[in-house]
Amino acid sequence: MAKNSADILEEYSDKEYEYGFVTDIEMDIAPKGLNEDIIRFISAKKGEPQWLLEWRLKGYEAFLKQPDPHWQNFEFPQIDFQDISYYAAPRTKAKYKDMNEVDPELIATFEKLGIPLSEQKILAGVAVDAVFDSVSVATTFQETLKEHGIIFSSVSKAVQEHPELIQKYLGSVVPYSDNKFAALNSAVFSDGSFVYIPKGVRCPMELSTYFRINSGNTGQFERTLIIADEGSYVSYLEGCTAPKRDENQMHAAVVELVALENAEIKYSTVQNWYPGDKDGKGGIYNFVTKRGVCRGANAKISWTQVETGSAITWKYPSVILRGDHSSGEFYSVAVTKNKQIADTGTKMFHIGKGTKSRIISKGISAGEGQNSYRGLVNVGSKAENARNFTQCDSLLIGDRCGAHTFPYIESKNRTATIEHEATTSKIGEDQIFYLNQRGIDTEKAVALIVNGYAKEVLNQLPMEFAVEAQKLLSITLEGSVG
Amino acid sequence: MLSIKNLQAKVEDKQILKGINLQVNAGEVHAIMGPNGSGKSSLASVLTGRENYEVTDGEVIFDGKNLLELSPEDRAREGVFLAFQYPIEIPGVSNINFLRTALNEIRAYHNEPPMEAKEFLRLTREKQKLVEFDAKLTNRSLNEGFSGGEKKRNEIFQLAMLNPKLSILDETDSGLDIDALRIVSNGVNKLRSDKNAFIVITHYQRLLEYIVPDFVHVLYDGRIVKSGTKELALELEEKGYDWIKEPATTASVG
Ligand SMILES: Nc1ncnc2c1ncn2[C@@H]1O[C@H](COP(=O)(O)OP(=O)(O)OP(=O)(O)O)[C@@H](O)[C@H]1O
Ligand SMILES: [Mg+2]
Repeated sequence: MAKNSADILEEYSDKEYEYGFVTDIEMDIAPKGLNEDIIRFISAKKGEPQWLLEWRLKGYEAFLKQPDPHWQNFEFPQIDFQDISYYAAPRTKAKYKDMNEVDPELIATFEKLGIPLSEQKILAGVAVDAVFDSVSVATTFQETLKEHGIIFSSVSKAVQEHPELIQKYLGSVVPYSDNKFAALNSAVFSDGSFVYIPKGVRCPMELSTYFRINSGNTGQFERTLIIADEGSYVSYLEGCTAPKRDENQMHAAVVELVALENAEIKYSTVQNWYPGDKDGKGGIYNFVTKRGVCRGANAKISWTQVETGSAITWKYPSVILRGDHSSGEFYSVAVTKNKQIADTGTKMFHIGKGTKSRIISKGISAGEGQNSYRGLVNVGSKAENARNFTQCDSLLIGDRCGAHTFPYIESKNRTATIEHEATTSKIGEDQIFYLNQRGIDTEKAVALIVNGYAKEVLNQLPMEFAVEAQKLLSITLEGSVG
Repeated sequence: MLSIKNLQAKVEDKQILKGINLQVNAGEVHAIMGPNGSGKSSLASVLTGRENYEVTDGEVIFDGKNLLELSPEDRAREGVFLAFQYPIEIPGVSNINFLRTALNEIRAYHNEPPMEAKEFLRLTREKQKLVEFDAKLTNRSLNEGFSGGEKKRNEIFQLAMLNPKLSILDETDSGLDIDALRIVSNGVNKLRSDKNAFIVITHYQRLLEYIVPDFVHVLYDGRIVKSGTKELALELEEKGYDWIKEPATTASVG
């Protein structure tokens, strides 16, 4: 991860483990299957209040009623929801005794990404010395955050310590009945991050899940809730450039963002989950519902995502622009290769006056990868002078892959300005040869071209993250040309 | 430095090069002229390893190495540089970042460490000045939206930066205005040394007044049909190519 995090690891390596996020629940796993009893079990395990249990049960009811989504540009995989275990206590035990047990391919990738050994261990799930335990790093972060009145904790913990905030905001952006996967998540969500930034506070550091989840095991049904109170600012990083091997085939996360008047939330994601083998076997299905609401005037929400992993990625980070002059942004790079499928884009709902949105989507397809951009710009009748700009580019590598764009525009206000630009380009043999002729080999040439193509999005990422994302793109596309 | 013997090549089943022989020594400048479609750019492509050309016979030895066995990037790293007739645009890739990558790849091939940022900057400034290349263009995307002349000048700027042993200039003069032609030629002249060599492909004798060649060759229908000194270029300017196209007839009438 970020270089400064490595320094911090070093710096605090001699600090004792004090306290962290790992609450002491006994190791436990629920039997496979989904029913009301399982949900009651989960809620009880977590010691949740009655209202939350009821909310979960309503989610379950909604899940049962919802049909499978049908409009996406790929064949929906059959998922046996009864064949999944919906509760496992956080893994506190290491998966491996030492680095020798870890898949050498995984280590090679870590090396290429330049991840320090201590962090490699954490990411791979190797037992680490207490001094390297990321929990102690998280703890030092916690102290700084506390000084500013910022809450950054697991949702489970927030349920106990800040029930009023959870009750007020949970499901306020993505209701439990929103869609099949959001409903499922509401019913069985395991845990996730909770962030609250008080009025007028500018969060002094990038908040990253990396420091919150001690074994790097994110769980299948994550739930994230971020609230930026009036005039506050926060930048939040989800994920990690390191590859994630995960036994869970299906992930259904929900992320809710609430920005009050004059507040700004920047949410960046790098998703690098296992995409499956060359034939697409074994990859992860990533069905995420991400939505933010600009509740007050001049609020701003910005989504940036770099999607390189998963067998199927299915997500549309959206912004509801309710406050006057609020703005929403979506910057995305999505890569598909081999048999990977990405169906991703955004929805911008212009409700308030003078609301603005900006969408920059860069799809990259290689091998037999299929990449779809699906975007909606919706302008309500009261959204005087709303503006949207959409730029939607596709880059093809080879001739067996595909790129598709599905832009939807719905406007009920004639003063709205909506611009849409789209391009499709191919990495040409001429371009590769030109770079070859200057001494650059084909792998590097592709990396250079792809990073140039994605620059506008990568520039949105925090500096250190951007450098890693660049490397990640190069590594992901290794071997896809020639 | 470069020795081409009986080089034959085809593209999509069409024989383009039909037995080229050429010897280039360090310190020399060779001009290649010839009518459109005679195979000049094809020769450059074959020497630099463009994939769609298939070599059917002959050999090319560059500094003792069999050039035809090397990958295009290794040929470049060995010191073969082509200033393209039609430079390619690569959006989003900054000219300077591209050059740094290229330079360091070449250095790595010769077991040299990457050039330090400061030194690279100094070199960039020096070479920009040498070929009078607009600094603004250095920071733009590689050739994207460059005018025809700017693209050609960028090729020469790259040449100056990478300092190859053998430079092939494919019609670098076409598309240049009179001032640019003089500037580019001056640049090339300053880069000339007894350690490097140039192959200059051109249609115009005018260029050869600035970059004075040691030899002039006429390529016609995939063969070098006539070689001479710089006076040959003048003769071609005057008479065109017809008298060379049918060398046998010309000789018997002559
Ligand atoms: N990919 C290709 N397929 C078929 N023919 C080709 C291909 N590439 C080149 N040629 C042919 O090879 C011949 C030589 O082309 P080349 O570009 O080498 O000519 P040139 O001497 O550089 O001409 P000019 O002076 O116009 O630049 C031409 O007849 C051209 O049409
Ligand atoms: Mg030509």
